[in-house]
Amino acid sequence: MEKKIALSMRGITKRFGGVVANHNVDLDIYEGEILSILGENGCGKTTLMNMISGIYFPDEGKIYKNGEEVVITSPKDAFDLKIGMIHQHFKLVDLFTAAENIVLGVNEKGQHNMKNVNSRVSQIAEKYGFHIDPQKKIYDMSVSEKQTVEIIKVLYRGADILILDEPTAVLTPQEIDRLFAVLRRMKEDGKSIIIITHKLHEVLSVSDRVAILRKGEHIATVDTCDATESSLTEMMVGKKVTLDIGRTDPVNVQPRLEVKELNCIDAEGIQVLKDITFTANSGEILGIAGIAGSGQRELLEAIAGLQPIASGQIIFNNPKKDKPVTFFHKSLKRVKEMAAQDAFHDKNGAPMRFKGMSNAQIKAQVAAENVLFREDEVMNLRGKTPLEIRSLGVRLSFVPEDRLGMGLVGSMGITDNMMLRSYRKGHAGFVDRKQPKALAEDIIKELEVVTPGVNTPVRRLSGGNVQKVLVGREIAFAPKVLMAAYPVRGLDINSSYTIYNLLNKQKQNGVAVIFVGEDLDVLLALCDRIMVINSGKVTGMVDARTATKEEIGLMMTQTDTPAKEVAQ
Amino acid sequence: MSEQKKRAAHEPLFHLAKRTDVNPVRAWVIRLVAILLGMLACGLVAFALIEKLNQNPEKITDFYYSFIKGSFTTERKLWKFLKNMAILQCISLAVTPAFRMRFWNIGAEGQTLMGVLGSITVAFYLGGKIPEWQLLILMFIAALIYGAVWAVIPALFKAKWNTNETLFTLMMNYVATYVVSYFLVIWVPSGSSTLGKLKFGKLPPLPFGNQYLLIILIVLALTVFLFIYLKYSKQGYEISVVGESIRTAQYSGINVEKVIIRTMVVSGLLCGLAGYLIGAGLDQSVTTESVGGQGFTAIIVSWLANFNPIVMIITSALISFLNSGAAQISQDFNVSGALPDVIVGIILFFIIGCEFFINYKMVFRHAANGKGAAK
Repeated sequence: MEKKIALSMRGITKRFGGVVANHNVDLDIYEGEILSILGENGCGKTTLMNMISGIYFPDEGKIYKNGEEVVITSPKDAFDLKIGMIHQHFKLVDLFTAAENIVLGVNEKGQHNMKNVNSRVSQIAEKYGFHIDPQKKIYDMSVSEKQTVEIIKVLYRGADILILDEPTAVLTPQEIDRLFAVLRRMKEDGKSIIIITHKLHEVLSVSDRVAILRKGEHIATVDTCDATESSLTEMMVGKKVTLDIGRTDPVNVQPRLEVKELNCIDAEGIQVLKDITFTANSGEILGIAGIAGSGQRELLEAIAGLQPIASGQIIFNNPKKDKPVTFFHKSLKRVKEMAAQDAFHDKNGAPMRFKGMSNAQIKAQVAAENVLFREDEVMNLRGKTPLEIRSLGVRLSFVPEDRLGMGLVGSMGITDNMMLRSYRKGHAGFVDRKQPKALAEDIIKELEVVTPGVNTPVRRLSGGNVQKVLVGREIAFAPKVLMAAYPVRGLDINSSYTIYNLLNKQKQNGVAVIFVGEDLDVLLALCDRIMVINSGKVTGMVDARTATKEEIGLMMTQTDTPAKEVAQ
Repeated sequence: MSEQKKRAAHEPLFHLAKRTDVNPVRAWVIRLVAILLGMLACGLVAFALIEKLNQNPEKITDFYYSFIKGSFTTERKLWKFLKNMAILQCISLAVTPAFRMRFWNIGAEGQTLMGVLGSITVAFYLGGKIPEWQLLILMFIAALIYGAVWAVIPALFKAKWNTNETLFTLMMNYVATYVVSYFLVIWVPSGSSTLGKLKFGKLPPLPFGNQYLLIILIVLALTVFLFIYLKYSKQGYEISVVGESIRTAQYSGINVEKVIIRTMVVSGLLCGLAGYLIGAGLDQSVTTESVGGQGFTAIIVSWLANFNPIVMIITSALISFLNSGAAQISQDFNVSGALPDVIVGIILFFIIGCEFFINYKMVFRHAANGKGAAK
């Protein structure tokens, strides 16, 4: 069957200042097909689609709809041409119902008859297999339901070209399957569907053709049946990449961080964490899976001392072998006395101060010290500020989700950002920039950070380089526990694998790594155990080597599953 | 087809694009052009408003000459210009630490006025009763305390209850004015509310050079000190981090409340010092107009310099030059009232407005369709 071209772009170029976002792009979209636009972050996928939907105006080039040249200067123009875009961040009024949101902005004569609207919405839903209650308010909806509203909103306006920007980023595996079923039905109805994504397996499972963009240029459009994951990656990155996260077996596993019945209530009085209990072991990567906003951020911040804790314990076990002298903590008077007596150990490992004591005396002394030592080694981080945690000698590193808003200072260079952790060390009132500068140079060299210099504001670096700087700094302080929240979000494939390798290396060095991720494939390939949380509760702990995506997806959405410990 | 043709017509005439590569030389050229255009606009306004000019258009050269005459033609005027500039620079330095922390302190007017009041209060009650050098030291301490207290009150409220510092510091200005009025009523029984020049508590001039040299050197030293403080001290580093992102500051273990309060104390101390320079160094008296709006002008000076103490020397010179030039014009052309303010306002409008053209460029329709839009 000969297919008709629905929309074509010719020679589209768009620049932002000195940055070329799209360069001379030609692209055709047929009626009744699903086209994937594939490319790494920052390759210009979203910019290109924004020009079709009227958000940006191209600097050069022409757009044709059904063979006629069109000029699209606003989203309204796009709607008039029956083009609709579903953005990554939903634009809905929380207090309105689904139907009210759908008719919002539709110019029809007279008043909206909500009964008619409701029935029309239901009709559309039925036709394509959506599940939706037109009278449900947005604030009661899950992410997936909100997305459905956005899609129906576009269909209600009669769109025959639908653009979906990363529609699966926020969905569970089950929801993704449902969405794809709906998209296939729309395709059969003759609609053109464009999906922007960087997930290869989704591209292969849903689309008819794939257009690959690299650095703003259209590299090729291939039929999905001729493509494989590795051929697509090669086109996307421009060179061959091995997609294998080398997972090693954990060695010397010991409980390092124990979280017990942790409860947190946020500023609005909502309970964000409910009775969270888990243990992070040394030499192991513990994954945390969950729908965005299930309490991942609050959990990590509570451990780091940034989130007030309502109740519960956070116990940190400091390894014994670690420099015994440092355990003579200054705050304990008793320990001070012992340090004064000569706390150093002789060749045989026995404390030298036992010289001249009877066996019974030594035994009693050792017993007393053991109690004392254990109290000192096992520290409760609850209610401590980040500075107090650090001064206790707890080497806890934290790569927060918001890199430039929390982990780094965007307007400062790499050197000054290294100082965030170490600036207190300088002499008298002045900061010492020598050591941070050396560290900055090391990180640039070791992690291949692309930057004009150590003093270039990190805000100007690309996402991958920003993340390398942040992870590099956190690893440089030789952590015992490393927490990373979405460390590869927005990173290209190469940078992502650099980060995975760094985490793996930390694990092999005996660090307890906690990895909060959103891509279940990555979680399953990288982690040793995966903890699933849902609305602030732990809904499962699985062995990443045996668990399936579906199993985890189910735990991410079900609310009343009792926590089950599968892996130890 | 015709509908689509119509659509082509409503392609915008130009659209704005953000520049990513701001060339500093180019930026300064744009600023210079803006100042010249501002001067030109002032000439046009003056031409419309001043009757003398209206009748004799050739006198427009006198108009511009007056501008320069305000600051530079005689040695006396030059020193006076430098003194005004030093006081303005001092207050601008005072507001800078808070601004770098994104704490919008617009209360420098009141904080400086309290500094003046502090030093004059000591001079009024103790003048002649203790040796002059002791009096000067006590005046100095009182000025610093008054300024710091006035600055730390809004900081405490901000740190503890997250009140809006802009409104709070603004209101504190009015309170300061009334506090001064209150003391004037007590001190001047005649009811004229003008305190005559006090005989004691005058900062002695240096044994050499101009009478204003000491003030100028103090402010110069302060400029260097503040530059080092902000750039190389741990406290300066903390200020920058808190200003950029409170979450980052908390993450790195900085006590944000402490930094806010400490920085406002520094700001207040510097305002108090400016007040001391005015009270002990120049006026030996206090009125509600002792600071004369310089606390507000300082905000512009600091902002234009992008909170850099060294660049601030240039911006405070520029603003002082405009002020004395405008004052000279009103004197020479015998126009009183608001005209000097209008002139300064017009030029500031151009200077601030030009920042837009430094950060954005306009792309015109035909240029966008052709190949020439790449610049």
